[in-house]
Amino acid sequence: MRKRSAVRSPPAKASPATSRLRLRLYVAGGAPNSLAATANLTVLLDTHYAGAYTLEVVDVLTSPEKAVRDGVLVTPTLMKLAPSPIQRLVGNLSDSARLLLLLGRP
Amino acid sequence: MATARASHRPPPRPPRRPRGATSRKVLTGIAGFDEISGGGIPRARTTLIVGGAGCGKTVFALQTLVNHASQSGEAAIFVAFEEEPQQIIANASEFGWDLPRLIRRKVFFLDAQLSPDIVQVGDFDLIGMLERLRRKAIELRATVIVFDGIDVLLTLLDNPAAARRELYRIRDWLSTNGLTCIITQKSTGVGRTRPLGVLQFMVDCVVVLDQQVESGSTFRSLRIMKFRGSGFKGDEFPIEVMSKGMVLTDRGPMELASVVSTERVPTGLPRLDEMLQGGYQRGSNVVISGAPGTAKSTLAALFAVAACARGERTLYVSFNEGTPQLVRNLRSVNVRLTPHIRSGILTMHSVRTSGPNIAEQFNQLRAKVLEVTPRCVIIDPLSALSTKTAHLASADATSQFLDFLKTSHITAVSASVSHRLSGDDSTSTAISTIADTWIHLTNLVEDGERIRTLSIVKSRGTGHSNQVRELKLADSGVTLADVFTARGAVLMGAARWESERADADTDMHAHLAATRERIALQIEQRAATARLLAIKAELEERSAERSAERELMGSTVDAAADLPPTPRPATRRRRRRA
Repeated sequence: MRKRSAVRSPPAKASPATSRLRLRLYVAGGAPNSLAATANLTVLLDTHYAGAYTLEVVDVLTSPEKAVRDGVLVTPTLMKLAPSPIQRLVGNLSDSARLLLLLGRP
Repeated sequence: MATARASHRPPPRPPRRPRGATSRKVLTGIAGFDEISGGGIPRARTTLIVGGAGCGKTVFALQTLVNHASQSGEAAIFVAFEEEPQQIIANASEFGWDLPRLIRRKVFFLDAQLSPDIVQVGDFDLIGMLERLRRKAIELRATVIVFDGIDVLLTLLDNPAAARRELYRIRDWLSTNGLTCIITQKSTGVGRTRPLGVLQFMVDCVVVLDQQVESGSTFRSLRIMKFRGSGFKGDEFPIEVMSKGMVLTDRGPMELASVVSTERVPTGLPRLDEMLQGGYQRGSNVVISGAPGTAKSTLAALFAVAACARGERTLYVSFNEGTPQLVRNLRSVNVRLTPHIRSGILTMHSVRTSGPNIAEQFNQLRAKVLEVTPRCVIIDPLSALSTKTAHLASADATSQFLDFLKTSHITAVSASVSHRLSGDDSTSTAISTIADTWIHLTNLVEDGERIRTLSIVKSRGTGHSNQVRELKLADSGVTLADVFTARGAVLMGAARWESERADADTDMHAHLAATRERIALQIEQRAATARLLAIKAELEERSAERSAERELMGSTVDAAADLPPTPRPATRRRRRRA
């Protein structure tokens, strides 16, 4: 809304319809921060982006190659693949207001 | 049954680790560190390297890693939190470590820098990274891991409890994986960094690197603060990052005078040998102190020449004076270095002193000594390296260097300039305390002339003369005159000459008088002899007279017997009958 202008300028022309929110969340098994991140993210996405997102959850303990490829070091790490620019967030995503700002409202 | 057998013969034990005690440690390859730590950093444990910027934390870690990888052939992992691996590799190549080759086979670099555009939303952990490293360690069969600048990552965790939690996570991860770990940590002072303070208590070994600027020169040092389950030397040791990496320029007084010799080395000046009752002691530190122009160099050079003449390899280090100049100057007093330089037994090493950081200069000197392997070393002057600035540090470095020479069993003769023109104790005390033999030269000004004197201030373990002697320099060479005590005063120079003249005159008079007396006596004796002869002659004459008389008497008696019998025999006969 108003706050949107505070967010680093998403391209004015980019319409939410053409660039659907694509996310990849790297977690480390059942580690507390990872579980928290998964929960926090799904709640937020279901509240604000219902049906308008794709989320891939990758467990670095079982498939580490992807983490290596994406240069993921700490867990949890959230990668926003689309819409551009690609962005990385680390942490358990407990601050939903901040997360919402970073992802951009649909 | 089994226990009974065991009492006879102990059951065979599983084979021990091949290298005994050292196998509990991993050699760092840092010259000196492996000695003060008793074999390196603890194996399968964590070592923390703490220090400010530019202290050499990364160098320490990298050098250990390279040394271990190339010595043991075991793989290693380097996790760079702070710098690009490429940059680290490039820096390391300046030390001549062939990292690119090692990387291909044995060293894995992980770029663990968090890119600046990463946004942190809430708490995170290192599980993902550790999992990745675990797989890599297994894949490479790595045994050593370095976390370089882990504080960079952990400071993102603004919660100190979270940082501590992650450190414990790392520690547990390390112990389950049995890896030898080096963690480097920045500090602005040990114990003051808040969230990482706990790290010091967690790890098994803490090495503190420090640097101080004194009089515009940097002095780096290393100190082992803690080493669980191992003895170590906890002093601050000076370090230097040299062309081959980090070295401890001093390993401390490892074993003072491990080899003590009673052998004497001639000083090159026979009378000085007499004063010292045989010369300098082999492997001792001799300091010749004195004001400029008191013939310190000459005395030192005499020793060098004598050593060369005995066939002992000698290193002559001269500061601030070129070899040709030195050779020429010494030739003027008939001390000839050239033949020995030509034969190669004498190595001249002329250098200019630079700056107050003399630790490095001593390192170069040490390297030179190791290269030349001399039995005798001349340092002219040693005081060139103990300038007024940074005096404490320089005295320290000087004593360390002299200690090094002593433990190498090298006889060192050093000149030391004292700037006061007269006086006795003008050499810096720091140097003089490590000197085994201290010869002091002075200029005495008396009756308008300057006289060089020599005295032995001390000589450990040898008897020595307490007399002050005059050192005479001439074209023909150097001599040490006898001490000249006349009428209770010590005389030298012209006074000595005058006194000698006066004494010679006195001697002459005495001599003449004696001669005169002798002649008189002789005359008297001759007269006596003549008298004796005269008496003898008279005696002989008399006895001759007497014997002649007796003979005469005898012949008279015989003649009387031929005479016809006198009434006297008749009476004799008559008496017989009766």
